[in-house]
Amino acid sequence: MIPRPFGSEQVPAFEESPSDALVVRHLYVHLPFCAHRCGYCDFVTVVGRRGQHAAYVDALLAEFELERGLLAPELETVFLGGGTPTFTEPRELERLLAVLPDAAEVTVEANPETVTSALAALLRRHGVSRVSLGAQTFRPELLGVLDRVAGPDDVRRSFYHLRDAGFDNISLDLIYGIPGQRPSDLAADIEEALALRPEHLSCYELEAKPGTRFTHAHGEELRRQAEALEGYFESVVERLVAAGYRWYETANFCRAALADADGRDLRSRHNLAYWRGRDYLGLGIGAVSTIGGERWRTTPRLGPYLAALREDRLPPRELEPLPESVQREERVMLGLRLDEPLPVATVAGALDEKALARLERLGLAQLVPLGPQHARGALTLTPRGRLLGDAVTADLLA
Amino acid sequence: MDLGRIRNFSIIAHIDHGKSTLADRILELTKTVSGREMRAQVLDTMELERERGITIKAQAVRVNWKDNELNLIDTPGHVDFTYEVSRSLQACEGAVLVVDAAQGVEAQTVANAYLAIENNLEIVPVVNKIDLPQADPDGAAAELAELVGGKQEDVLRISAKTGEGVAEVLDAIVERIHSPSGEPAAASRALVFDSSYDQYRGVVAFVRMVDGAFAAGEPLQAMAQGTRFEAEEVGFFSPTMKAAETLGAGEVGYVITGLKDVSRLRVGDTLTTEANRASEPLPGYKDVKPMVFAGLFPTDSDDYPDLRDALERLKLNDAALFYEPETSQALGFGFRCGFLGLLHMEIVRERLEREFDLDLLVTAPNVAYRVLERNGEWLEVHNPAEMPRELDAVEEPYVRASIIVPKDYVGPVMELNNDRRGRFDHMEYLSPERVLLAYELPLAEIVLDYYDQLKSRTRGYASFDYDVAGFREGALARVDILIGDEPVDALSMIVHRDAAYARGKALVERLRKEIPRQYFDVAVQAAIGSRVIARETVKAKRKDVLAKCYGGDISRKRKLLEKQKAGKRRMKQVGAVEVPQEAFLAVLNLNDGKK
Repeated sequence: MIPRPFGSEQVPAFEESPSDALVVRHLYVHLPFCAHRCGYCDFVTVVGRRGQHAAYVDALLAEFELERGLLAPELETVFLGGGTPTFTEPRELERLLAVLPDAAEVTVEANPETVTSALAALLRRHGVSRVSLGAQTFRPELLGVLDRVAGPDDVRRSFYHLRDAGFDNISLDLIYGIPGQRPSDLAADIEEALALRPEHLSCYELEAKPGTRFTHAHGEELRRQAEALEGYFESVVERLVAAGYRWYETANFCRAALADADGRDLRSRHNLAYWRGRDYLGLGIGAVSTIGGERWRTTPRLGPYLAALREDRLPPRELEPLPESVQREERVMLGLRLDEPLPVATVAGALDEKALARLERLGLAQLVPLGPQHARGALTLTPRGRLLGDAVTADLLA
Repeated sequence: MDLGRIRNFSIIAHIDHGKSTLADRILELTKTVSGREMRAQVLDTMELERERGITIKAQAVRVNWKDNELNLIDTPGHVDFTYEVSRSLQACEGAVLVVDAAQGVEAQTVANAYLAIENNLEIVPVVNKIDLPQADPDGAAAELAELVGGKQEDVLRISAKTGEGVAEVLDAIVERIHSPSGEPAAASRALVFDSSYDQYRGVVAFVRMVDGAFAAGEPLQAMAQGTRFEAEEVGFFSPTMKAAETLGAGEVGYVITGLKDVSRLRVGDTLTTEANRASEPLPGYKDVKPMVFAGLFPTDSDDYPDLRDALERLKLNDAALFYEPETSQALGFGFRCGFLGLLHMEIVRERLEREFDLDLLVTAPNVAYRVLERNGEWLEVHNPAEMPRELDAVEEPYVRASIIVPKDYVGPVMELNNDRRGRFDHMEYLSPERVLLAYELPLAEIVLDYYDQLKSRTRGYASFDYDVAGFREGALARVDILIGDEPVDALSMIVHRDAAYARGKALVERLRKEIPRQYFDVAVQAAIGSRVIARETVKAKRKDVLAKCYGGDISRKRKLLEKQKAGKRRMKQVGAVEVPQEAFLAVLNLNDGKK
């Protein structure tokens, strides 16, 4: 059972979203290149092809030019994800960063083996304010299972390179549930991560996604492990909360404002935008944009993407209309991942009242008052409800 | 027609001993059908009958042989249809008893022979398939003579396939079977021995005129039910429907009643004329009592009205079929149906699925129980869920079973029967090689998989037949299944006390595997009254959430959630526990065990 304190102690006041929803304040840029493909990965990645980094950045910049009209003059967040953004030829990465607009939060994802002091300085120079470092695990044998190149020392070295360059907002990614990982391995991983005192931690259970090499090799083992793995998530949450981290999203933790010297809100602002249902523009292959009730996904294929943008045409996209009802459904689905309560009025009609009453009785969901302007209050999940978030959400949706 | 020139007879035989082939040869030989019209097994009209090699419903065909009018009345071949067989036999004065020269007397041969003897029929014993290389006509004839108490030289030897000896069978029918003994001048009486439904003409009754005559257009009445109607047409089959002006005493034919309500004319009833009413009905009408019960539920609940209509239609041609609405918390709306036996149940299920295109769930069958309640009253229970928990005694139906096996398999059969609470009655050597074992067994022990077991333990050599011997007291217990403290009606079962623990445990274990984990621990228990005899726990799930969900994952994630949601919609609520329909199907569905 999860101790009561975290969550309740920290239920923050609901933050109103900006009213002009059609002006996009969040930009995602996909940099697909990797040194190699990790077995468990199902992201859109491109291995090697150093010769194409320049062409790809050209295309990104062309796409940016075509789409910049959608963006607000002042962006809140920019996020460079991958692939391995820091594997991109430094010259090209620099060219891209120089053109991309500045924002209150600019995050770049990095793999430990790619982070040198030069790279850290480059990022810093171009206004990157936050780095998300893919540590995954500190056990060498488990890094092997994941096909990761970096060793435990690379993780620590890269972390200090970033600190030395002046980064005061660093996130570490950890993966648990790796085949062969014992509870003691996980506990040690968390202690190693905490020792670095990162501002932010993302902890993911390893998913055996269909079609990956990894699932082929380890799927059966993961299924056998499934029941034991349930407890891993709980222990991660317990340990991080005890260490002063705020469990602000299902898989994300940040050092609590109280625990930060400057009292900062260290949540990922970019990802918060997704979870709050804000619009965002995505650039690059396989990138997804959601704007004004429409979602589209750019082709994941490098060739057609480059070809279109060479001619200043928009690349092929797959379009998905999002009717109001679907938007509300997503709002519930995403909003309930957060520790901040979801105002019921914003998702009216999407909730099954009977299920809600049942989940309240079972101690999985609760309604909290929001103040006089929100008559119906707000919905939040209890810690246990959050561990069971998918099932609870499926129940809650009308 | 002069009564003295009429012969009414049936052909009775064990399955596959050649009844239908003999009927076909008779139709050919009497030129009732031309060779060109000849279709193998003309009498078995229904597709299903063809496939299973059995005949479900009786029909009558008139043939002429040497200036005699012969009415061949077809009978069902299986003991489940004893009532129908005896109705058909009641319309006859004689029966041709056919035995396969290679197989000899089988369990059904015995049962059929006894039925014919009980009905005072003259038996014409026939050994068929003498053309087969492995035929043993002498051996079969000896067994047959022994069975009917006749002389071996009176047993005819034929090959229905080649036609050899079939003319002699027809001669024997004329010579040995006596003509009907009705009163042409008396008030008209006819026995309804079968009926069928035609969507344009309504109920068609197959009748044996005993006394008097019916004319087309005459107002008639069914004596037991009181139903009145006008005979729109009378006639006979030869082999297709041929209208006639009258049906006279001793004859067999049909009456088109025009009745649209299938329940208004029952097999076994007596028809008489309004103008000259008979004072007494013919003997023999009785409501048959089904002994085997099962729930039939449409897989798609929208099909419930179709299932109801289909059962109503089947009931017309099947007086023995019983049904009443049943509502199950687990399975929704359906019917509790009563059957004469397992084969009857199987045939009804197949007809519903094939002829009416219904997709059905059939629950594991149970038998009828008689319960002595605390208030001293007897109650008949067709559904374990209705069994009172407080009672003084329970009786269950027993059957007299005849099992015929090669002598090497006597041991395994005895072992099986002991396991099934069988009581040995006696054993007879039909020949040096073949043994008849007579047992009394609780019907409940044979309704599940007895026949399959018997076949597998005797490598398929056993033949098996039974008839109901009556109710006997048994040490029976009602076992309830509770999911999260809620009893589940559809899963209750009545089992012998000695088997209760094992059956309860097996069911509970199966359910534990089928019920998905919930937000809380769910106890799955088997209980007799308040005493829990088996318990399993479906552990609460501790985690059910996908770790990653960013901008590119939202659509995929939403679709997964919608799938999860759709899965939940298909769940049945048992108290606070959500149980997928499939879990019930897995433990209940009779079809499942077979496929």
